[in-house]
Amino acid sequence: MGVMRSSETVQPAISVRSATANRGSLSHLLLQIRRRWQLYLLLALPIAYIITFAYIPMIGAQIAFRDYTVAGGVWGSEWVGFAHFERFFNSYQFTRLITNTISLGIYLLAVGFPIPIILALSLHQVQALWFKKLVQMVTYAPHFISTVVMVGLILQMLNPRFGILAQLTTALNLPQANAMSRPELYQSIYVWTDIWQHMGFSAIIYLAALTNIDPALHEAAVVDGASRFQRIRHIDIPGIMPIATMLLILNFGNFINIGFEKVLLLQNPVNTSVSEILDTYVYKIGLASPTLDFSYATAIGLFKGVIAFLMVVVANYAVKKMGQESLW
Amino acid sequence: MTSLGLSKRATVVDNTIRASAGDRVFMVINYVLLTIILLIVLYPLVYTLSASLSDPSAVITGKVVLFPVDFSLRSYEKIFNYPSIINGMLNSLFYTVVGSSVSIVLTFLAAYPLTRKDLPGRRFFTILFFFPLLFSGGLIPFYLVTRDLGLVNTRWALIIPTALSVWNLIITISYLRSSIPEELWEAAQIDGCSDIGYLMKIILPLSKSLVAVLFLVYAVAQWNQYFFSLIFQTNPDLAPLQIVLRNILILNKIDLGMIADVQRLADQQALQEQLKFSSIVVASIPVLMLYPFVQRYFVQGLTIGAIKG
Repeated sequence: MGVMRSSETVQPAISVRSATANRGSLSHLLLQIRRRWQLYLLLALPIAYIITFAYIPMIGAQIAFRDYTVAGGVWGSEWVGFAHFERFFNSYQFTRLITNTISLGIYLLAVGFPIPIILALSLHQVQALWFKKLVQMVTYAPHFISTVVMVGLILQMLNPRFGILAQLTTALNLPQANAMSRPELYQSIYVWTDIWQHMGFSAIIYLAALTNIDPALHEAAVVDGASRFQRIRHIDIPGIMPIATMLLILNFGNFINIGFEKVLLLQNPVNTSVSEILDTYVYKIGLASPTLDFSYATAIGLFKGVIAFLMVVVANYAVKKMGQESLW
Repeated sequence: MTSLGLSKRATVVDNTIRASAGDRVFMVINYVLLTIILLIVLYPLVYTLSASLSDPSAVITGKVVLFPVDFSLRSYEKIFNYPSIINGMLNSLFYTVVGSSVSIVLTFLAAYPLTRKDLPGRRFFTILFFFPLLFSGGLIPFYLVTRDLGLVNTRWALIIPTALSVWNLIITISYLRSSIPEELWEAAQIDGCSDIGYLMKIILPLSKSLVAVLFLVYAVAQWNQYFFSLIFQTNPDLAPLQIVLRNILILNKIDLGMIADVQRLADQQALQEQLKFSSIVVASIPVLMLYPFVQRYFVQGLTIGAIKG
């Protein structure tokens, strides 16, 4: 459209023709829309869904700037500006929540990113197909366990009376310890059980990238006398680098969105000082406390949402700068 | 034929030039490393299964190390007589079957038009569906919409608000783009095929493996879901299995009086702990049993969605 308009003004000689073309393309567009009515019919239901459950909540987030009352609702409650945000920034929870969220996110990324890559590189070296299949099948399986069952499993394994940890400490004559009652262990328990559950599944994408590497490269390297380790370093790792970089940056943009269901389920009264993150706090204030403070909770949620949005945008920009395929 | 050729080629690479000592050491370390990983992943799973098949007192005194001690199926008997577990399983079955079906229909309804290059406004609609991945209004406004629609404390609360996953939409769109050539539509169009007819007669029959993947992804998510029930449903009759499990496993809320006539406190505690293991097994078996059969599809579907083009 913009291009057409400029050609009309700059080159009057062909303005008539382009104007008719313009009118023609408009009626052509309308004709196209009429012809494709069935596609719009198909789209109607998904669009209704996405507007209702994604866009109306975005509009509804305005209650972060209001004092939500049941009588006033989203549109009629009184405006209070940034009062809820100021209250949050000044509350004693603020620093703690930010620290907990960021440190857990970074810990998870720092450990959770390289391990699936190492697993994939290592699996790719295995020649015994049955062994490779066995490891794959076993390590993928925990991915399908639900969060509730996973946390139940963790609690049973760490049970101070009969869990694996207790048996180990008894066998080694070490003092008994209840790991779940030690806040300093909370993040490690969260992160390493997450690795246990998802490393196999996260390795899939790298394995797929490794099998796409041209076998001729390996053959040539073998002829040249390259050792296995050298082939990993100079062929396999560069081969998965593009996908790894992209995933790292996207994960980085996304790291504020930690799997909060597991954080919530692993919480107990002893560890909340380290286990309370932005998402769990929003849930507690907004939906699980005796005085439901919708506006305050929405403000905290919006604060997080804006940060997450900015981080994804920046991460995507970085991916683009590096010449990788980006999200958009 | 091709697989034979490939394996022959692999042997040539690995055998004709003899592995150096360094390579052999490397391979040994590699196998040891993978075996350790294998055992670490496997052990808690085997332990849980063994504990659920042992005598309760053996479990709580830490006698179960690897294999079941004093083999007994009593805890399974108890589990299947526990009304809220049965109720939770039936509810979860309903949510899984109905929810996944609704989700698959909705995903196809959105994905197919978005793959059609001749759809006026395609870019706009694509952005409309993908933008929510980047920004959302947050939990509370989402809750308020669901509440205002009157879905709270109904079965639909677990089906409608989360019906469409944009990630699965992306997988579906890339699958359709990469596996169904555009020429097919041109040919069908010449034969007078309508837009909806093309979806029903060409696209759907050609995407059976995609439907299997989508069903699996949606079904596993639905079966494992607890949080939306936690916020949307307070009526225990509607609770899916995961909510019942949360009560048993994490909140330690289990009503032994309903299923067992155990008097001694120690026996009660032992049974309670063991029931946790057997409920873990019972809840995970449907998903884990399904998975080896569809693993191939699953991996395919995932890599299709992840690697564009």
